[in-house]
Amino acid sequence: MTKKFFRPPSLKNVTTHYCSGCGHGILHRLVAEVIDELGLREKTIGVAPVGCAVVAYDYWDFDVCEAAHGRALAVATGIKRCRPETVVFTYQGDGDLVSIGMAETFHTANRGENLTCIFINNACYGMTGGQMAPTTLTGQITATTPQGRNPQAGEGWPIKFSEILAGLEGVNFAARSAVSSPKEIIKTHSYIKKAFTNQLANKGFSIVEVLSPCPTVWQKKPADAMKWIDEEMVKTFPLGVIKDK
Amino acid sequence: MKIKKEKILMSGNEAMAEAAIKAGCYFYAGYPITPQNEIPTYMARRMKEEKRVFIQAESELAAINMVFGAAAAGMRALTSSSSPGISLKQEGISYIAGAELPAVIINVMRGGPGLGNIGSSQSDYFQATRGGGHGDYYTPVLAPWSAQEAAHLVMLSFDLADYYRTPVLILADAITGQMMEPVIMPLKSEFKKKIPPKPWALTGAKARQQNIAKSFFLKEGALEIHNQKLKKKWEEIKKNEQRFHSYKADDAKYLIVAYGSEARIAWEVVDMLRGENLKVGLFRPISLWPYPDSGLQKYARNVKKIFVVEQSLGQMLDDVKLALPGKEIKFFGKTGGGIPSASEIIKFVKKAL
Repeated sequence: MTKKFFRPPSLKNVTTHYCSGCGHGILHRLVAEVIDELGLREKTIGVAPVGCAVVAYDYWDFDVCEAAHGRALAVATGIKRCRPETVVFTYQGDGDLVSIGMAETFHTANRGENLTCIFINNACYGMTGGQMAPTTLTGQITATTPQGRNPQAGEGWPIKFSEILAGLEGVNFAARSAVSSPKEIIKTHSYIKKAFTNQLANKGFSIVEVLSPCPTVWQKKPADAMKWIDEEMVKTFPLGVIKDK
Repeated sequence: MKIKKEKILMSGNEAMAEAAIKAGCYFYAGYPITPQNEIPTYMARRMKEEKRVFIQAESELAAINMVFGAAAAGMRALTSSSSPGISLKQEGISYIAGAELPAVIINVMRGGPGLGNIGSSQSDYFQATRGGGHGDYYTPVLAPWSAQEAAHLVMLSFDLADYYRTPVLILADAITGQMMEPVIMPLKSEFKKKIPPKPWALTGAKARQQNIAKSFFLKEGALEIHNQKLKKKWEEIKKNEQRFHSYKADDAKYLIVAYGSEARIAWEVVDMLRGENLKVGLFRPISLWPYPDSGLQKYARNVKKIFVVEQSLGQMLDDVKLALPGKEIKFFGKTGGGIPSASEIIKFVKKAL
């Protein structure tokens, strides 16, 4: 028998601070797996967000740059334009990417920057205590929508940002997956790999949106949180490839 | 490169842009705002010629954060703006200071507060010299009074930034940015210390440990240690990098203190008043942070009165008072694009003698 499952070298052998049932652990690993499979560890520069994954550099073992809340893609643009030989990606949550950083995200995509963007959508602000995110579902209860998000009450609708970005010429690849089942995790892996190989082929901007559970804020058991992705989130955020130029 | 020692007629803004290129600036990002538009316009053309990077960013925020990335990648990086835009950049400047990255930021000041106007002003002095953004930090601030000096200071600022691993601010005013003057482009800066290499730069972790560029220190006590380390750096800069210029100040009985374009006006005033047998001199801070306290104290020792003149309601005035406790200090300033003229300064000095 040969051992097939092992820790990718780009993932440090440390315990993360994430809550039980959080999707970040799976996603950190998927990113590390892809980087190692493509042999990119020594030329990768990641950009960490502000949010629960703010200390992603404590878990990944390659160069990582901090970014202010929402500015990851501006920082990534600066890095990549200066070092086009490196592989640069951002790892951002929904508040970071769609709310405070919407302008940076939109314009980086519109410039067709040769970057990879991993977008973690858990429909809430996890780190700050579960407030409404731009991707919070209609009717979803959060700390700042105690009656459930009500578009009629001026709280807005969930933003399908990957679909919006897919309409830009500069975007080469946009896809949405989830980490709610082994099948979807495998799909997520393949999308992330595609988003990295696109960059190696100078194809421009690639974004992979991943529906990811936040059992703590959602006040669900980890298994129920996964179920909620499959049964509720996907109704607003359908899975699959949105654009593949 | 065709520019040797020839004199070229250029605006202060263009002189700063060209000096940045001469200093090896590899990355520029900016956003249009008057009165600094000549910088991005010039850079758009010249950076392309030099096969370097120019980006017209979607906002001031994006521009400064692109500079953060470029600086973290180990390249010399510049952004420029004017007062309202600089306020937007403060987020990024604070992060750059916290992460100890070298970068140069040019502020060609206009009137404020708010959208203010596009007239020349010196009302961002507080913001520039007291950190500017959130947190416990300072940035070196250099204030040119001519296109020629602006070119020199931009060159120097890149060296200071690299040597101390800090953002450096060029605080020019609209007159200095817009005025066209003959400039001999310097080829290197006056900075004499050896610029260290950048082993901390993000280049991909090849044959070395992971590098991280960050300003986040969550572990209890870690930020305190980091900020104390930064404090040592600020103290070293305070000790080594005070710059000033004086004019007929050695035997002066009265000293005018002014910087930037206002010092240019006061310089003329000195000669006019000397013509009337009044022993007036000029003290002109070039580094606004660190403020050249000891230089000012030296020239102020035998002086009866100090006259501070600014294009503001009195901001540098605070630093003069801090440097010269007990000294009689008179202030004259105009705000909102108002520029104290030579005749107004003369009137003020004579009245206050």
